[in-house]
Amino acid sequence: MARAVTPQRKIANTAIAWAIGFLIFFPILWTILTSFKTEAQAIASPPIFLNFDWTLENYAIVQERSDYMRFLWNSVIIAGGSTVLGIIIAVPAAWSMAFVPSKRTKDILLWMLSTKMLPAVGVLYPIYLLCIQLGVLDNRAALVVILMLINLPIIVWMLYTYFREIPVDILEAARMDGASLKEELLYILTPMAVPGIASTLLLNFILAWNEAFWTLNLTAVDAAPLTAFIASYSSPEGLFFAKLSAASTMAIAPILILGWFSQKQLVRGLTFGAVK
Amino acid sequence: MATKASRSAARLMMAPAVILLLGWMLVPLTLTLIFSFKKFLPLRGDSIDSGWDWFTFFPSLEWVGFDNYARFLSSSAFWPSVITTLVIVGGVLLITVVFGILLAILLDQPMWGQGVVRILVIAPFFVMPTVSALVWKNMFMDPVNGLFAHLWRFFGAEPVSWLSEASLQSIVMIVSWQWLPFATLILLTAIQSLDGEQLEAAEMDGAPPLKRFWFITLPHLSRAITIVVLIQTIFLLSIFAEIFVTTGGAFGTRTLTYLIFQRVLESQNVGLGSAGGVYAIILANIVAIFLMRIVGKNLDR
Repeated sequence: MARAVTPQRKIANTAIAWAIGFLIFFPILWTILTSFKTEAQAIASPPIFLNFDWTLENYAIVQERSDYMRFLWNSVIIAGGSTVLGIIIAVPAAWSMAFVPSKRTKDILLWMLSTKMLPAVGVLYPIYLLCIQLGVLDNRAALVVILMLINLPIIVWMLYTYFREIPVDILEAARMDGASLKEELLYILTPMAVPGIASTLLLNFILAWNEAFWTLNLTAVDAAPLTAFIASYSSPEGLFFAKLSAASTMAIAPILILGWFSQKQLVRGLTFGAVK
Repeated sequence: MATKASRSAARLMMAPAVILLLGWMLVPLTLTLIFSFKKFLPLRGDSIDSGWDWFTFFPSLEWVGFDNYARFLSSSAFWPSVITTLVIVGGVLLITVVFGILLAILLDQPMWGQGVVRILVIAPFFVMPTVSALVWKNMFMDPVNGLFAHLWRFFGAEPVSWLSEASLQSIVMIVSWQWLPFATLILLTAIQSLDGEQLEAAEMDGAPPLKRFWFITLPHLSRAITIVVLIQTIFLLSIFAEIFVTTGGAFGTRTLTYLIFQRVLESQNVGLGSAGGVYAIILANIVAIFLMRIVGKNLDR
């Protein structure tokens, strides 16, 4: 929908939008810039923007001092594991709700959504206690399961809204031709469902990566992911701006890049299909 | 259309997800409910380690009726925490919705490099909460070396110790920065579905921009705004990391969520905290009912 506007208007729009975009992005940019400074330059007054001596030493120090790779690995396992597990459980459920809907389908979907609204703090102690009793406090597998359960409603909903867009006629034609359930799944549905599944995977990986209630409360050392690693910098010793920036940049960079690919899915996924 | 066989297959396929979520909801919820009627202070020797206790409603813990509920409400920390919660949720909602609408309208205008600007605006949403809290706390709000302190000094003003002197405003600002992208993105999606011809017709008829916004754009956005408000409310009621990392609940930033967290894990008064948890669940459910109604209506289409 291209509306005709005067060039002056377009220039003004561009200038204002870029200025605001820059302002909103600035804290991230500043963090990235600071991560390449020396500690002295990071707190220099007045602040130095670009003409500092670019250095990679902060990255080296953070890696060395905090075993960064272990936290990264925990994040990858927890976010990746919970997402993949959630998809495996959600695909059949969403498939059946989209293609064999019954009178109760809507109620089940809404009920699933309602479990997502349960405030985590309301069930914090029981989960904490269960983890202790089962000996899985500070355990990656436990967090994989918990984050899977937290995101399962969103995963089911997203898949459901994608599956519903697959034309049923094709399925019926296949059934007419005598395709079995297995064939229907394998040759017709799967190829059409892959883009939706990929989008769901992406958004939920991001959500799990950034989850910071259960990961902070149920981990200590062994299973601590990047959220907890960064939180450990809130102690006074963390007041080294350049190192804090390097650690932060490493924690957010992968997800920032993934996130930019998932803009569209973000709207659909987080509004439960109510806005597309 | 569906055969009987495919129906029972469908039920079978749904079972794992339904059973898991049912367990995830019922087991902890039941435990919270039970604990909320009990005196349970693990640090003072109350323990429940025997396996059988779990199936007999923990007889070793003293039943105290509605004591915890009454004490949670009458504790001096309760009302301040409710007000703090309301200020944070209300403040963030106001900022993100108002600026979200303005930004969405701006981003919908013809311009060069729209895609790049969109990416810049959306970025904060993908920043992990602990990172954004720490970056704001240290690199911007630090009273000595923060960027704001430099800026204040540049203009000859005394640097402000943001997180202790203006703690609530600071947290509202950090959280708004994180959620503005979400509001903007959803409102932008909604605006883009607006019929351009209607706006053009109004423009031809000489309706001034403000009127066009008020009578055409805003009504069109009302549903998206409602959804943004409801979804954000659900998430904002339970923000945790932003407070955990910045003030640790000090300086009047203790929300209801944080108060319950402190009762349960820090001072280990599980009964009291569980009663608070039940209140939080009720509060979230009131919001959730409205959201579900809107989402449910959308399903019928």
